[in-house]
Amino acid sequence: MTDALFEVRAVRYAYDSLPALNGLDLTIRRGSRVALLGANGSGKSTFLRLLDALDFAQEGTIRFDGETLTPERLDDDAFAHSFRSRVGLVFQNPDVQLFNATVLDELAFAPLQLRLEKQEIRQRIDHVMNELDIAPLAGRPPHRLSMGEKKRVAIASVLVIDPEVLLLDEPTASLDPRSQSEIINLLAGWSGDARTAVTATHDLGIVEDIADHCVVFESGRVVAEGPPREIVQNEELLYRTGLLHAHRHRHESGVVHSHPHLHRHGDHEHSE
Amino acid sequence: MRRSFIERTLAALLRAMEHAAASERLSGGRGFLQSVDPRVKLLGCISLIVAAAVSRRLTLLGVLFVAVAVVALATRIPAAQLLRAWAILFAFTAAIALPALFTTPGDAIGSVAGLTITLQGMRSAAFLVSRVETSATLGLILVASTPWSRLIAALRSLHVPAAVVLIISMTYRYIFLLLRTAEEMFTARRSRSVGALRPAERRRMATSTAGVLLGKSMTLADGVYDAMRSRGFRGEVYLLDDFRMRSRDWGAAAVFAAAAALAFWRGLR
Ligand SMILES: Nc1ncnc2c1ncn2[C@@H]1O[C@H](COP(=O)(O)OP(=O)(O)OP(=O)(O)O)[C@@H](O)[C@H]1O
Ligand SMILES: [Mg+2]
Repeated sequence: MTDALFEVRAVRYAYDSLPALNGLDLTIRRGSRVALLGANGSGKSTFLRLLDALDFAQEGTIRFDGETLTPERLDDDAFAHSFRSRVGLVFQNPDVQLFNATVLDELAFAPLQLRLEKQEIRQRIDHVMNELDIAPLAGRPPHRLSMGEKKRVAIASVLVIDPEVLLLDEPTASLDPRSQSEIINLLAGWSGDARTAVTATHDLGIVEDIADHCVVFESGRVVAEGPPREIVQNEELLYRTGLLHAHRHRHESGVVHSHPHLHRHGDHEHSE
Repeated sequence: MRRSFIERTLAALLRAMEHAAASERLSGGRGFLQSVDPRVKLLGCISLIVAAAVSRRLTLLGVLFVAVAVVALATRIPAAQLLRAWAILFAFTAAIALPALFTTPGDAIGSVAGLTITLQGMRSAAFLVSRVETSATLGLILVASTPWSRLIAALRSLHVPAAVVLIISMTYRYIFLLLRTAEEMFTARRSRSVGALRPAERRRMATSTAGVLLGKSMTLADGVYDAMRSRGFRGEVYLLDDFRMRSRDWGAAAVFAAAAALAFWRGLR
């Protein structure tokens, strides 16, 4: 057993001819909590889709626990079953992720697909509904929930399989501050030797809470890596990669000047 | 600002869908058919619909319609909703049946604006209207008394192919989302345009909205497929609930079977 869970080597990926990942190298260690930082369009979501084997590297390789992810490998029933039980992705847009008639069906979907025992499935659903405080929503259709409720259900629908690896795309975007901190607490509690989390975000404010390692993306490449505290304080880097921007302020003395400003992008609307 | 025809139609469709969603609540309630196994209801309603479709007797169709209406009320479908559905369907089918009144050759029984109405024409129009109304009422009973997810599960357990069931269930889900998106897009554009739009501009807006909407729905369908694969989907859907027939389900099945058999026998003679 090696320490590296995902080994990403010189990966390129383009939509039609539009490059999204440009020779990406990254190692994600088992048990680490990684934050992927990057401005809009820097390739975070694309990268997560590749880690979840929904799409595959057009050049370069991605290895998961020693196995190279390819379409052929995922066609293998045994491998697909093990991979899908071990890795879960929470999508950026919950409207895409939630497609069942009721919240209960939504939560049951993944464990049913993975052929768990029905008794076991019911227990897990109860557990995860309590954990995320969504038990009252069980009979409701997901598409009629508020954005915050949808996000919780989306996270619950993945946590219910109890994956080793949790991939999250902007988990706190468009949540109010209280829901944000609840999700952050949940993710902060997500740790252990066998639990790995990879969270894409451009919210610098949450990085230190949810990650112990930070990776900065720019134009589909990794431009910096390091401990969250160091990255968040590296103003030059953050400016350059579009994660920080100057903000003009009028101070009480009447002096107007620009200074860097940590920006929360939590209230952005996303559509994919 | 006045809303265009398309916008009004959209809003009406959305309201109708919200109404259908309300039936999700109704279907959880305590009515006549709510507690019967959805497979029994599904097969029962389908066989009665077929019986109505092949019946060659108007009196039988009349009796069937009244019986079905009584069951609908016992299922606690609000009378107002029933009347509205009947009225809308009547308007549609009457429009379709109208030419038959005059063009079917036969014995004249009267005339309107110089055109002769025949008895045979009258009969074929009555057949069409009563078949449609009866079948639609059966459909309404089925949908109103069964939560959507159970109905889908019933289809699956009756060995309807998984892919078909999936398409049906996603269609339901996405019609709703698309209608909502369309309405939001119209509202957003309206809030950005100053003053009334000329009809030509409205039409252009509608066309481009439709294009964007199509693109959006394709992206959405791709995304949903990914979301399903990500959670282990390999082409088959599984269910949390197993269906089990209890004695009241067998009872209901017997009643449905007897009614359908009677209807076939009387209708085909
Ligand atoms: N389905 C697609 N078709 C075509 N191009 C796409 C598609 N998805 C993403 N792209 C493009 O790929 C690039 C990377 O996009 P990606 O969604 O991975 O970025 P991101 O870092 O997740 O951005 P955001 O913070 O806005 O979510 C962008 O230039 C984007 O326009
Ligand atoms: Mg993204």
